[in-house]
Amino acid sequence: MINSLYVHIPFCKKKCLYCDFNSYVRLDIQDDYIKALLTEIKRINQSKFKTIFIGGGTPTILSISNLKKLLSELKKFNADEFTVETNPGTLDDQKARILKEYGVNRISIGLQAWQNNLLERLGRIHRVEDFLISYEMLKKIGFSNINIDLMFGIPNQTMSNWVQTIENVLKLNPSHVSCYSLIIEEGTLYYEMYEKNQLTLIDEDTERQMYYYAVESLNKKGIKRYEISNFSKEGYECSHNITYWMDEEYIGVGAGAHSYVQNKRFSNYKNIDRYIEGIYLRNAIEESEVIETYDEMSEFMFMGLRMTKGIEKERFLKRFNKDVYDVYGDKINILKQKNLIIDDGKNIMLTDKGIDISNQVFINFLK
Amino acid sequence: MTSKRQEKIRNFCIIAHIDHGKSTLADRLIEATGTLTKREMEDQVLDTMELEKERGITIKSQAVRLVYSDSKGDEYILNLIDTPGHVDFNYEVSRSLAACEGAILVVDATQGIQAQTLANCYLALDHNLEIVPVINKIDLQSARPDEVKKEIEDIIGLDCSDAPLISAKVGIGIEEVLKAVIEKIPAPDGYIEGPLKALIFDSIYDPYKGVVCYVRIKDGTVKKGTRIKLMMTGKEYEVTEVGIFRPSFMEVNELKAGDVGYITASIKNVRDARVGDTITEAERMAKEPLPGYRPAVPMVYSGFYPADSSKYEELKEALEKLQLNDAALTFEPETSVALGFGFRCGFLGLLHMEIVQERLEREYNLDLVTTAPSVIYKIILTNGNVIELTNPTNMPSPTEIDYMQEPIVNASIICPNDFVGAVMELCQGRRGTFKNMEYLETTRVMLHYEMPLNEIIYDFFDALKSRTKGYASLDYEFSGYKKSELVKLDILLNGDIVDALSQIVPEERAYYRGRAIAEKLKEVIPRQQFEIPIQAAIGSKIIARETIKALRKDVLAKCYGGDISRKKKLLEKQKEGKKRMKQIGTVEVPQEAFMSVLKVEQ
Repeated sequence: MINSLYVHIPFCKKKCLYCDFNSYVRLDIQDDYIKALLTEIKRINQSKFKTIFIGGGTPTILSISNLKKLLSELKKFNADEFTVETNPGTLDDQKARILKEYGVNRISIGLQAWQNNLLERLGRIHRVEDFLISYEMLKKIGFSNINIDLMFGIPNQTMSNWVQTIENVLKLNPSHVSCYSLIIEEGTLYYEMYEKNQLTLIDEDTERQMYYYAVESLNKKGIKRYEISNFSKEGYECSHNITYWMDEEYIGVGAGAHSYVQNKRFSNYKNIDRYIEGIYLRNAIEESEVIETYDEMSEFMFMGLRMTKGIEKERFLKRFNKDVYDVYGDKINILKQKNLIIDDGKNIMLTDKGIDISNQVFINFLK
Repeated sequence: MTSKRQEKIRNFCIIAHIDHGKSTLADRLIEATGTLTKREMEDQVLDTMELEKERGITIKSQAVRLVYSDSKGDEYILNLIDTPGHVDFNYEVSRSLAACEGAILVVDATQGIQAQTLANCYLALDHNLEIVPVINKIDLQSARPDEVKKEIEDIIGLDCSDAPLISAKVGIGIEEVLKAVIEKIPAPDGYIEGPLKALIFDSIYDPYKGVVCYVRIKDGTVKKGTRIKLMMTGKEYEVTEVGIFRPSFMEVNELKAGDVGYITASIKNVRDARVGDTITEAERMAKEPLPGYRPAVPMVYSGFYPADSSKYEELKEALEKLQLNDAALTFEPETSVALGFGFRCGFLGLLHMEIVQERLEREYNLDLVTTAPSVIYKIILTNGNVIELTNPTNMPSPTEIDYMQEPIVNASIICPNDFVGAVMELCQGRRGTFKNMEYLETTRVMLHYEMPLNEIIYDFFDALKSRTKGYASLDYEFSGYKKSELVKLDILLNGDIVDALSQIVPEERAYYRGRAIAEKLKEVIPRQQFEIPIQAAIGSKIIARETIKALRKDVLAKCYGGDISRKKKLLEKQKEGKKRMKQIGTVEVPQEAFMSVLKVEQ
C-alpha cells in the first residue's frame, strides 16, 4: 500500500513574484479541471491513504461546489492526516467549515511576513490583518493543527523585520511553522528582476543569522526543527512530507503532480489543458524516470539527511541489503572529519554547519 | 634549363592576410578547372581539419593539381599549394614558398594591405617568387580597387596595371587569374636526369601509408622502388608509392623535376621527414641539400595536465599521436605540486598551442588544465653557466642569478591613423620600443616596435583588436635576446605556493600584476567551506592580498515530492562543476583559473 496522496490545484488569484509552482490565474476552467481530477482520483486502485495533501496553487480558491466535489471524493480514503493549503483572503467561514466537515484536519497557511510592505514586495494578495482573520477563524472552527509558512531572505527584509515576524507568530502558539529561505528560481518574475539587477538580495551572513534566530526562538517555545525548513511541536510533524524525506512511495494527482511508484517517478502534464485532455485519453504523463538502485540510494540519502534525525542506518541496510558504509563509507568519513555530518551510532545526520551548506554534503551521495 | 614537359607546369601558392579570401579563391580555381565535380566540392575544400574549417584558417599545407586548357587548347598542369597564413607557421610557409615559382597575392579590395599581406609578400619576394597581385571582393559596396592597386604599387612596388579584379565568392574574374598564372609565373626548371633532389614542404602521418611527404621535385625522378635518403637525418628508405594531389592522393608512376606530389616510404614518424629536408637517392646522392632547412623551434611553452590525474597515460598517448603529424610540437614529462603529473609542451606560438589544446580535447576527449604560457628565458648564473628556462617554477634563487635575458620580437602593426595614439599607448604599456612609423596611404600607417615576446603572448592581440575596433593587424618575427630585469611572481592559495600559477614578470610591473592576478583569482575561484587568502609574492615578500570569504550558505530551502527530480539535476550539475575543479591542497580551483591569470587587463 502507498501511504500518501498529493492532490494539486493549479489556480491562484494572482501569481506571487517569487513563485515557480505550477499555478495559473485561470479560474474560469476550474469546473473542467475538477472533473478531470475526479476522474484521475477514481482511477486510483487503493481505498486508503495515511496522508492526503491538497496543495497548489491555492486550493481554497475553488468554488464551494468544486471544493465539495473534490473533498467528498477524497474523504473516502479515510486519511489520518489530511492537509489543505490555503492563503489568507481566499478562505471564508463557509469554506473553512466545509474543510472541517469533510475530514480535513491540518491546514497550511501562507503568511510569509508580518510586514505589509514586504508582503507587497513579494506580490502577495493579502495583508497581515487578513492572515489574522483567517487564522482566528480556523482556530474557532476547531482546527488545532495549523502550519504557518514564513519566508526569510526577502529583498529589503531586515533582521528586525524577521524578529518581529517570529515573535508575532509565536504569540499565536502554532503547532507547526515552515521557514523558507527565499530562492530566486528560474522562470519567476523575481528571476527576471534579479537578472536586470532590480533586486537587492540580502547578504548571506544576515540571511544565516535570520535562520539561526528562527531555529533558536522556535525551539525555546517547544517548536523544534525536524527538517531543514520545518518546525513543529512534538507529534505535529507533517507525516505527508515525511513520506518524501523518507524516500517512500507516493501518488500525485492533478496537473504537474509527481508520483513515485515501483522505482519509477513520473509526473502529469503541467499545462492544464494538456492535463485534462491527457486524463481522458488515459495518458497524462509528461515525464517519467526510472530510479535505478544507485539513484534510489542517492535520493534516500539526500532526502533523508534533510531531516533533523537524518537517515537511519538500519533502514538503509534493510532497504538496500547493504551497509551504508559499504556504499558511502569514504564520503561519510570525510564529511564527518569536516564536521558536516555526525553518526550517533544509529542515525547519520547533518550538523548545523552541514545544514548551511547541505548541497555540498548531498553531492557526495550522487553518482 | 626547362624541358618541353616542364614548360606546361606552373607551381604556385596563394598568399594573403587572414580573411582576404585565400581559401575561397582556391575553391574557385579547383571548381573552374573541373578538378572536383560540384557534388564533391565543399567550402574550404583544402582545409581538411574540422578545426581549420571552423576557424576559417589553414593549419597544414595542402596541395592540389589542376589541369587547365588555355584558349589555344594547350593543356597546363597547375600545382596549387595552400599554405598556412599565421605567423606561428612562418617556417612552414617559407618551405611551401620554396616549392613554388610564383605566388598569387590576394588583397581584399575593402581592406587593402594588412600586416600579414606584407609579411607573406616579403617572404615570397625573398624566395624570388613571381608575384601576381589579385584584387578580391570587388563585388562589395565598400570595395575600392583602384586605391588598393595604388597601395600595392606604392608599398610593395608591384605593377598592378593588369591585376585581375575578382570576387572569389561570387566567381568573378577566375579565368583571368588562371591566365595570369600561366602568363606570368615561370615554368619550373631542373634536371630530370640529375640526382634526385626533392624538397619536403609538409609531411603528414597517414595510418595506412605511414608518413606521406609532400614534395616538390627540384631535380631528378622518383618512382616506386627508388632507394631514397633523407639528407638531414641520413636515414634511407625504399619508396612505396608516389602520387599527385587531386586533391586526394592519386598514385602515379613517377614524379619528375618540376612536379609537385607525394612520396611514401614506410616512414614511421614525421620527425624523420621534417619539413625543409631534402630527399635524394641513396645510391646517387645530391652533392648538397636544398638550402633553408632549419628544425622547428618552439617559442612558447605551457604545462598541459589532465584534469583527471588518472588520464595521464591517455594524455601521453594523445600527444604522441599528435606529434606523429606535428614535428614542431615538443613535450616532456613534468610534475607540478599543484597539478600532479603532466607535460611541458613547446609550441611555435599561441595559435599553435590553442590548436593542440583543442585537438586534444576534441579528438581525444581529454579534459585539460593548461598553465599560462611562458617564453624561453635565458638565465646567466653567477658561475657563468646559462640556463634556458621554460617553466617559471624552475627559476633558480636570485642569489645565483647574474642577469636574465628574454626573447624580443620585431612587431609590425598596421592600423588606420586614428588609432595610432591608442596603439602606441598599448605598445609602450607592454614595454615596446618604438622603431619607426610609415604611412601606407594617407589614412593608414604601419608602426614598427621592438617588443618582448612575453608581452605579446599575454593577450596582446585581443587588446590590440579592442583598442582599434578590430582594424589593426599584427605580424612579428623573433629578433633575439635582450637583458631584462625580471622576477618570479608566485601566487599563494591558503598560504601555499601554487607552482602552476607562477610567472616570470618584469620587475617594474610585478606589483601591479600581482594585485591584478589576486583580484582575478578572487573572481574565478568559488567560495568554499573556509576562508581562502590569495597572496602574490616575490620571494618571501608579499606584494598583494585578497580573501575569498567562506561559503556561508548552499542549501535548498524546499524539497518535496515534486522537486526531487529537478533538485537532483541541480545537484548533479553542481557536482559536475566540482569535478572540473582541481584540488590544490584543500582548495578547489577551476581549470580556467590557470589561464585566467593571463587575461588580466594591463
